[in-house]
Amino acid sequence: MTGKAVTRAPRDVTHEGFLNHKGGRWAKLSAALCLLVIAVYALTDPVPPNPTGHNGGTWLGYTLGTLGAVMIVWLSLLGVRKRVVGAKPFSLKGWTSAHVWLGMSLIVIGTLHAGGQLGWNVHSLAWLLMMIVILSGFWGIHLYRSLPEKLSANRGEVTQAQMLEALRTLDRQLDSAAQPLDAADAALVRMSLEETGIAGTLRQRLSGDYSGDGNARALAAVGDKVLAAMRAGQPDERLQQIRFLLERKEAALAQARRHIALKAQLELWLYIHVPVTVALLAALAAHILSVFLYW
Amino acid sequence: MTPYRIAIVGSGPAGLSAAAHAARLGLSHVLLEKTDHLSDTIYKYQKGKHVMATPSQLVLRSPLDFDAGKRETVLGTWNDQTAAAGVNVKYLAEVTSISGTGDPIPGSVMKIVTRKRDGTTETKEIQRLAPPYRLTLANGEAILADTVILAIGTQGNPNLMTCPGGDSGHVQYQLDDPTEYADEQIFVIGGGDAGIENALGLAADPAQNNKVTIVNRSAEFAQAKDANVKALMAARDAGRVSIMTETTTRSIEPGWITLDTAEGEVRSACDRVIARMGSAPPRGFVEQCGVAFASSDRLAFPKLSATFESTAPGIFVVGALAGYPLIKHCMNQGHDVVEFINGNLDLKPADEPILEAKFAGLPDGPQGSRSVADWLEYLRTSVSILSGMSSLQMREFMLDSTVRQYRAGELVFERNAPGSSLFGIAQGEVLVEVNPADPSITVPLRAGTIFGEVGLISGRRRGATIRAGTDCILIEISRNAALKLMSQVPSAAREITRITTTRSLLQIFKSGLAATDLEEVIAAAKVETIRAGQAIIKEGETGDDIFIIRSGSMVVEKRIGGKPVFLSYVPAGSYVGEMAVIDGKPRTATVRAAVKADVIRIPGEPFRALLAARPQLLDNLRAEMASRTAMNNFIESRKDSFSGVVDLYTGVANFLVEQGVGEATDVLLIDEKLCVGCDNCEKACADTHDGLSRLDREAGRTYAHLHVPTSCRHCEHPHCMADCPPNAIHRGPTGEVYIDETCIGCGNCQRGCPYGVIRMDKVPPKKPWLLGWFLFGKGPGPGEPSPKWARKADPAYAEKARKAIKCDMCAGQEGGPACVRACPTGAAIRVSPEQFLGVALMGREER
Repeated sequence: MTGKAVTRAPRDVTHEGFLNHKGGRWAKLSAALCLLVIAVYALTDPVPPNPTGHNGGTWLGYTLGTLGAVMIVWLSLLGVRKRVVGAKPFSLKGWTSAHVWLGMSLIVIGTLHAGGQLGWNVHSLAWLLMMIVILSGFWGIHLYRSLPEKLSANRGEVTQAQMLEALRTLDRQLDSAAQPLDAADAALVRMSLEETGIAGTLRQRLSGDYSGDGNARALAAVGDKVLAAMRAGQPDERLQQIRFLLERKEAALAQARRHIALKAQLELWLYIHVPVTVALLAALAAHILSVFLYW
Repeated sequence: MTPYRIAIVGSGPAGLSAAAHAARLGLSHVLLEKTDHLSDTIYKYQKGKHVMATPSQLVLRSPLDFDAGKRETVLGTWNDQTAAAGVNVKYLAEVTSISGTGDPIPGSVMKIVTRKRDGTTETKEIQRLAPPYRLTLANGEAILADTVILAIGTQGNPNLMTCPGGDSGHVQYQLDDPTEYADEQIFVIGGGDAGIENALGLAADPAQNNKVTIVNRSAEFAQAKDANVKALMAARDAGRVSIMTETTTRSIEPGWITLDTAEGEVRSACDRVIARMGSAPPRGFVEQCGVAFASSDRLAFPKLSATFESTAPGIFVVGALAGYPLIKHCMNQGHDVVEFINGNLDLKPADEPILEAKFAGLPDGPQGSRSVADWLEYLRTSVSILSGMSSLQMREFMLDSTVRQYRAGELVFERNAPGSSLFGIAQGEVLVEVNPADPSITVPLRAGTIFGEVGLISGRRRGATIRAGTDCILIEISRNAALKLMSQVPSAAREITRITTTRSLLQIFKSGLAATDLEEVIAAAKVETIRAGQAIIKEGETGDDIFIIRSGSMVVEKRIGGKPVFLSYVPAGSYVGEMAVIDGKPRTATVRAAVKADVIRIPGEPFRALLAARPQLLDNLRAEMASRTAMNNFIESRKDSFSGVVDLYTGVANFLVEQGVGEATDVLLIDEKLCVGCDNCEKACADTHDGLSRLDREAGRTYAHLHVPTSCRHCEHPHCMADCPPNAIHRGPTGEVYIDETCIGCGNCQRGCPYGVIRMDKVPPKKPWLLGWFLFGKGPGPGEPSPKWARKADPAYAEKARKAIKCDMCAGQEGGPACVRACPTGAAIRVSPEQFLGVALMGREER
């Protein structure tokens, strides 16, 4: 050790989310950009006087078009930035913040670039795709703001791996508890062991209704049997133990399914956002090419 | 009867090695062993115990082989090789006295000082007689020898139970085979490693059905290795062992034991007592032989020359009795001492080349160039804390230390530099820049004293810049060597405590005081160990003691509206309790330890006297007090308007302290209101660190959506460092605790870490270019590759050794921690506890 005081690499220790990164720097910048663009749009006449008013062919149209295209390309690079870490300083939070706020400003920039002139052509396709990307982004922001808290509350201090392990443990316990049962009762336990899908079918996942699932059916059937036995005055302790285990498994399944559902929702919007972005980049290329080739 | 050339007393590693070497050289010799087998200390290890062979850099010179391995293997090798070498062993030969048979040696008188219970001392003088020596055995037989090698170790002299009944038949001082006992109620007395290992051994197999209780005098198991303590706690939690702390034995009767606990007397049925309360050099016997000790401390070792010769000419002392508990050292000494006796005085110890390299390049002394031995003696006599060591201890100590010359004006270390080593000034003086704003204000430290002790004890960064004032020679003592020094040489520990107390006080008052003003205050100061959660100051109580926190940290709480509210976090190096001295009122808040802490308690009385004499000191203190009162008032004012916020703040603060943040220097926190679970932090960690992630985002505790993931906290006193055989764990220049490439994969650090942040794994092969994955899905993509992929990509992967992997705080990366940089939502932050446990936390809910 040299005895020299080595200064630590500077790091961001402020505790603020991506929306208000650096005190909302990008939100302010985006708002200012929108206001500026709107003001210029309102205060200028299209030059040379254009009978159809503002569109991409004016100097403002070209400026906004160039700005918009550069921004779209740069914003889509977030996906690359996220995956290339390296040793150099950068803040992915800052990138996200810029991505979100500047992305919103594209509504204004893109629309004013077109001068409101939309039709059924490749140029308007680019605008439409851009709007889908931005709107899906809004959805994403909404999910990012509301779901993490629920995800955290649902999992408590349990990790996903532990949730699955808990289910396996319950299955083992069910298996050993079912050994002394007769064939009919054992079949019910087997139903829980063999016909239960944690995530379930697509229909189950979308509806959130898992009542047709093996464990739920087994629990219902065993529950009926336990009640019937009690009414008959001959409570069956072994079946009660099975019911208890099935109930615990049902609760564990519910937690795991909520966990998976929340995580899926946090990613689902990206399945629109990202492919449409790729389509947008293609449409944008087509739009720019066609403008210059067929002017 | 012709005297033997050499009589060797004790057949441990040192004695055995000496005897085998004597046999090889053809010297007439006899090896005297008290028991009926060789090497009793190792013989008495538990069955199957793994014997370590540290330090690994030391070359083994003994004629006997020795490698780390099972007790049985080690003993077997020695038995075979001793027999093969033709060693003349005499079993069941306990030596009861050794005395010279020649003429009185002029001027050589042994003074034996015995301390009586009433505090007076009695001095007995013995005239030393020249060799040959007569060794009288317990059976009355006598043996004559020209020279004697005392290699009796210290284990043969265990500390005995002194309570009534301590000599009963069912009290034993060793445990040979824990599986020998079944269905017994066993009490193990003593919370050191030996006691814990015995207790765990006895309770290991539930089929034995032993009821094992371990009894420890203090509240903590401070003497034992962390890994052992952890295993003990796990055994207790599993219901296999009972633990009684702060408990001493009152009496032992057949079938019963009576204990004094903190709650009062407890009497319990007891079939067996195993007392493992340490051992001490068998001083009485050794002194009777004419061998003087280095000091009057109970744990002191004999005074020896560089050839292991004691103050009695012809009696040599080697091994644990000479202060060397490590087997390898002992065996080398056994070899060396026989060489010396045989006239080979030029023999250099095995570590000589290592030490020579350390002293190379230093200026010559007044009598020309110094030898290694001269240097060691020079350092020992010039630096006050080293004076209590024997020259042999100095040798070992020096292996872990460095010495170098600093030119006048040269920087030793800077303020805020990390560092936990201790410096001693052998020659010249250094200047302490006490005021960071004005480097021209300095305080000189003279030769003989030490500095850097704050970093050593508190584990925090250097408090001031220090430069060489004149050309000087400084010895830098590594943290490990310094800790060993403090535990082995009590006088050094006391001296270091005195110096730290003085300097802490001087720092509190910043200026206007000299060390001499503080003598009275220091004399009354006491070092206390506070266990986690224990309060040193209680709100509402009267008292005016002041506490300086030497290590660990404290939290300050105040009851507001019937609930304890967290006020502040007090790191090591700070002080608390001064308000009561100034205003004389009852304590306004409670101060309790966040983690186990060492504090210096200074009684208020001498302190007030000092303040009365120096009114300007009072002003300094008042200014400090004003800022603390302002903080208290601020939180109290918030209480009315945001009671929920203050509760949450207290809750979060307490939660973090429970998570060990109190001993952290840098901790990763995740705000689960922002975390979308993308695991980009883990991926970034893996991608910047050989493809292995050092953090587990999802695991760990959570409170109020604040999550402490499984990731290194870079503790002030890292638990992982405590027991690393190759000494591969260090604190780096920016405060990070890291493991270097010398890791042997033993897993001690993983077991020692209370937070589970160290993983044992093998480094996967390098991943192909990311673009290939991006465009064509080639390779495993970002983040940690699966072992399956690694096995496929590199056939050698499966055979690779696992090594310890942990967070290095991304030291050397310009951007700082990758996990934080790569978090897309700002959920992850890495902060020091002071940064987070401040008022800033209060604003969390309002944003």
